[in-house]
Amino acid sequence: MTEKILTRNFDRADAHTLAVYRETGGYTAWEKARAMEPAGITDEVKKANLRGLGGAGFPTGMKWSFVPKNHTGPVYLVINADEGEPGTFKDRYLLERDPHALIEGMLIAARAIRCEKAFVYIRGEYVEPHRRFAAAVKDAYDAGLLGAGLDIVVHRGAGAYICGEETGLISSLEGKKGWPKVKPPFPAIKGAFGMPTIVNNVETIAQVPHIINRGAAWFAGLGTKTMGGTRIYSVSGRVKRPGIYEESVGITLRQLIDRAGGVSGNGRLKGVVPGGSSAPILRADEIDVTMDVDGLRNAGTMAGSAGVIVFDETVSVPEALMVVARFYAHESCGQCTPCRESTGWIYKMSERILAGHGRKEDLDTILDVSKRGAGTTICAFYDGAVGPYISYIEKFRDEFEVLIRK
Amino acid sequence: MSTVRVEFSAEQLAEVRRLQGLYPDPRAALLPVLHMAQDTFGHVSLEAEEYVATLFNLSPAHVHEVVTFYTLYFQQPKGRHVVAVCHNLSCHLAGAPRIIEHLKQRLGVPVGETTDDGRITLQSVECLCACEHAPMMQVDDRYEFDLTPEKVDRILVRLQ
Repeated sequence: MTEKILTRNFDRADAHTLAVYRETGGYTAWEKARAMEPAGITDEVKKANLRGLGGAGFPTGMKWSFVPKNHTGPVYLVINADEGEPGTFKDRYLLERDPHALIEGMLIAARAIRCEKAFVYIRGEYVEPHRRFAAAVKDAYDAGLLGAGLDIVVHRGAGAYICGEETGLISSLEGKKGWPKVKPPFPAIKGAFGMPTIVNNVETIAQVPHIINRGAAWFAGLGTKTMGGTRIYSVSGRVKRPGIYEESVGITLRQLIDRAGGVSGNGRLKGVVPGGSSAPILRADEIDVTMDVDGLRNAGTMAGSAGVIVFDETVSVPEALMVVARFYAHESCGQCTPCRESTGWIYKMSERILAGHGRKEDLDTILDVSKRGAGTTICAFYDGAVGPYISYIEKFRDEFEVLIRK
Repeated sequence: MSTVRVEFSAEQLAEVRRLQGLYPDPRAALLPVLHMAQDTFGHVSLEAEEYVATLFNLSPAHVHEVVTFYTLYFQQPKGRHVVAVCHNLSCHLAGAPRIIEHLKQRLGVPVGETTDDGRITLQSVECLCACEHAPMMQVDDRYEFDLTPEKVDRILVRLQ
């Protein structure tokens, strides 16, 4: 079993307190990082092969290095705690059970990018995680860790999946509706309030103190050749022990399902959504893949947010498609026509197929609209939506055709 | 429904100014202040939108655009409690439709509506990210896990 790093204190009821965090080595990485040059911190994170754990899997150190060197005004660090990808629940645990790991990671990251003011954007529904994290921030101020070079503002969202997209999040943080922005310019050049901004996921930043304390080589060695470390898998759906599992990113999907107790329901696997609902589904015979960003990309899907949703044989894929199509239709921000129109129509079609009123051409229409629309919008939301649309139909077409023939 | 006077107290106005001062652009405090407005006035009416707009030197149209974009702001009066059942994938697989049907029957209202006595607003919502405890729901500020119809009944008794 992999050593627990991010979750090592999760079993302790008082793990969220500053005293326990310090007792277990907390804030020693910050002490070390204070003596390092900012560029040295970024180099260490690059060498560790840390990649973004919110969804996109972008190399974290490289992202940090995009902040223009000649910029003289403020630089912002924004933590994306707008967890919302269906099937994902790891950041909720990190905020509630180890909030100081995030704060310490922020101190180090802020030094690397020369940031003096950081924001933590927590989804509005996360009332308890918000309360826990805000209390930890207050304790960090009282202890003199914050307010002496870095200030943290805890910001509460108001309910919108699209605000998990980094430019949508920035719009929302600025007090607007959460419409994504055209890139370039990328946030690292021109982000929040028009200034260079690094947006990182909670879990990504919570890894940083461990990299500084134990070294890039150690961290890189925990994972695969192109992605270092462990990550927290959220496993749900038809498994015997749903929950969070911290594992090497080199674990296979089959091993991970075993760790979660194996398949429940009728005990026989039909398919797995491996990285949140936007990740294309894998069939039962496709689960011998490693769970790192490149392993899953090579398997035609994505690691995404590491939210693993398991379907046993009794799950109806057309019904699952209706549920996810309803989600994307509801959450499309409406800015780009292909996404706004297609998500709505595909939801309606998925409903009528399920109700036995599907038309013969419906499946090909959904596939056609999905394939032609992907890549034509401002953000990756629609690209994510077509992941399930295409893969559910292409891999389980028989199930849909039975309903349409009825 | 009694009308609440749409105006913050002096303490609340000080809090608005504190929030505005946290950001490089004071307008970034709009979402937190709208949360305050909803907590104070019960919902964010058009009148409340206009009032908040004056605190930010924004047009009421901008504030309306923001209020209508997000799911957590209520434009109409809501019940004293909000029961929001997750209907996304993992909860669906674990029986969320049965939980929603049960609540509709117990409360006598369809999804999206409030009981006649103003006690409970029933919603079905997208993923609340607690899939390991599916099916689940949010009751006001609290997450309620691993629901069964019996557990739902016990929770409803608490909500007065």
